[in-house]
Amino acid sequence: MYIPKNAGKKRTIAVFLLPSIIGVICFCLLPIAASLLFSVMDYDLLRPMNTMTFVKMDNYRRILTGREFPKVLLHTLTYLGLYLPLILLTSVSEALILNKTFKGHGLFRTVCYTPVITSWVAAAVVWQWVLSGKYGLLNQMLAVVGIQGPAWLSSPKWAMVGVVMAAIWKDTGYYALMVLAALKSIDTKYYEAADIDGASGFKKLTSITLPLITPTLFLLVVINIIYGLQVFDSVLIMTNGGPGGATTVFLERIYKYAFKQYKMGLASAYSWILFALILAFTAVQFYLQKKWVNYDA
Amino acid sequence: MRKQGKKIIRSIVFYVLIALVMLITILPFLWMISSSFKGQEAIRTIPIKWIPEHPTIEGYQRVFHMQGFSFARASMNSLILAVLSTIVAVMSAAMAAFVFAKIPFKGSGKVFFMYLATMMIPGTVTMVPNYIILRTMGLLDTYTGLILPSLANAFGVFLMRQSMMGVNDAYLESAFLDGASLYKIFFFIMLPMVLPTLATMTLLSFMGSWNSYLWPLIVLTSTDKQTLQVVLGNMNSMYKNNEHVLMAGAVLTILPILIVYLVSQRYVDQGISVGGLK
Repeated sequence: MYIPKNAGKKRTIAVFLLPSIIGVICFCLLPIAASLLFSVMDYDLLRPMNTMTFVKMDNYRRILTGREFPKVLLHTLTYLGLYLPLILLTSVSEALILNKTFKGHGLFRTVCYTPVITSWVAAAVVWQWVLSGKYGLLNQMLAVVGIQGPAWLSSPKWAMVGVVMAAIWKDTGYYALMVLAALKSIDTKYYEAADIDGASGFKKLTSITLPLITPTLFLLVVINIIYGLQVFDSVLIMTNGGPGGATTVFLERIYKYAFKQYKMGLASAYSWILFALILAFTAVQFYLQKKWVNYDA
Repeated sequence: MRKQGKKIIRSIVFYVLIALVMLITILPFLWMISSSFKGQEAIRTIPIKWIPEHPTIEGYQRVFHMQGFSFARASMNSLILAVLSTIVAVMSAAMAAFVFAKIPFKGSGKVFFMYLATMMIPGTVTMVPNYIILRTMGLLDTYTGLILPSLANAFGVFLMRQSMMGVNDAYLESAFLDGASLYKIFFFIMLPMVLPTLATMTLLSFMGSWNSYLWPLIVLTSTDKQTLQVVLGNMNSMYKNNEHVLMAGAVLTILPILIVYLVSQRYVDQGISVGGLK
């Protein structure tokens, strides 16, 4: 754009960029450096800052060789392993419905999106009551068909399943709208050609629709790995890592090390291990995408 | 005839499916509302009584008369914080985006790339050091401290920049001829032209702030400053066997944001198609 000399270009750049740049430097870049530094320090918040000592990789070693880490990893991966396939299934199904025209379409869309705008705290509080052992909504409904449901959140075996159910309920509407955008962009000529060949609805779904939305599905997988490995609000409210440590996950551990025990060094190291894990998982996804993601259309 | 019959069956199956999905989605909400109007005993009945036999607002009364912290105060805090942090996040992002989109300067590309790079770092990593930075600055347990990190809104900058690049230079250049400064052009020409993106960002930022839990939980420690989500989280451990009180609290937490959403649905939906942000 052409800017005349008297328009105050330099001053505008300075004034307009400053708030944002200060924010990025103080609350993104500086923290990254600080976090790396803390992660190799023994830093207890309750002691004065100058008692901080350099401990090399001790924090990392303590975490990675400790008895807790394999459990935390297992719980987080269990969450992700249950959540990821389910969320793909439910959000694609919901998007397929949304892609049709029918009476009450607007209402359906609004209803589906309501859990998304609900805060996790409120959703978790409600789901805790839904999943309650004897009087909970879910078990009462299961009882109608003759199934005696477990006390979901107080059973080590079922607690994570309960958290995943709540998460699927809360997130489906959000990802469905993302998939819907992809469905809308599919050229109708593919379906017209398939109709001429007499393809069934199911065949059209598996041979046209799904392959053509693989880029969006890939995005969904990547996003959900990043968010899923950082699951927190739901776990903290619904189980608080329990029962008996059965649902301890990464962010919950980091939160507790940092803000309950004030071990800032250990918490920082934990967060970098989580970051490395996120990076590794994402890298694997990008590597695997060649095998299933279709960018041709 | 047979073909038509098949079609009718198919559409019946389709509507049953739709009804089922809607029911599953809405049932926990109905359960919440129903429970919130029951008394301590009435919430524990088998089978479920969806319409309370003796409806009571005891749960709501108890929410507003809690020992130690005030629900009304927390609602007010949440509202103030959501408004302030939205203004900070949206304005700082729009201003920076304007520079990146329309005012070329040396190193612009590099600085913008730095912004994009910061988007890769998850909040998990910056959480602990940000807390310590606020502590060093003496800003813990203050609203300033809670809001300041909203300045670092790389995604917002990215989104606004995309939108501003789509505005034709001719509109802006013609304003120079009338002697307008860059400030005037930004506020009176650029912002009105990207209003839909601005509205979307404002709404998503407002909702995100209203619903956020972890950061206010860490930063705000005095009870009279705490936000609605934190108070509801605290209630959860205090009222373990008083689900009707908890459900009343949940209703009151969800209701305001639900109204905001219903009024402004169009812009929220747009945000998802534009950038897929949460």
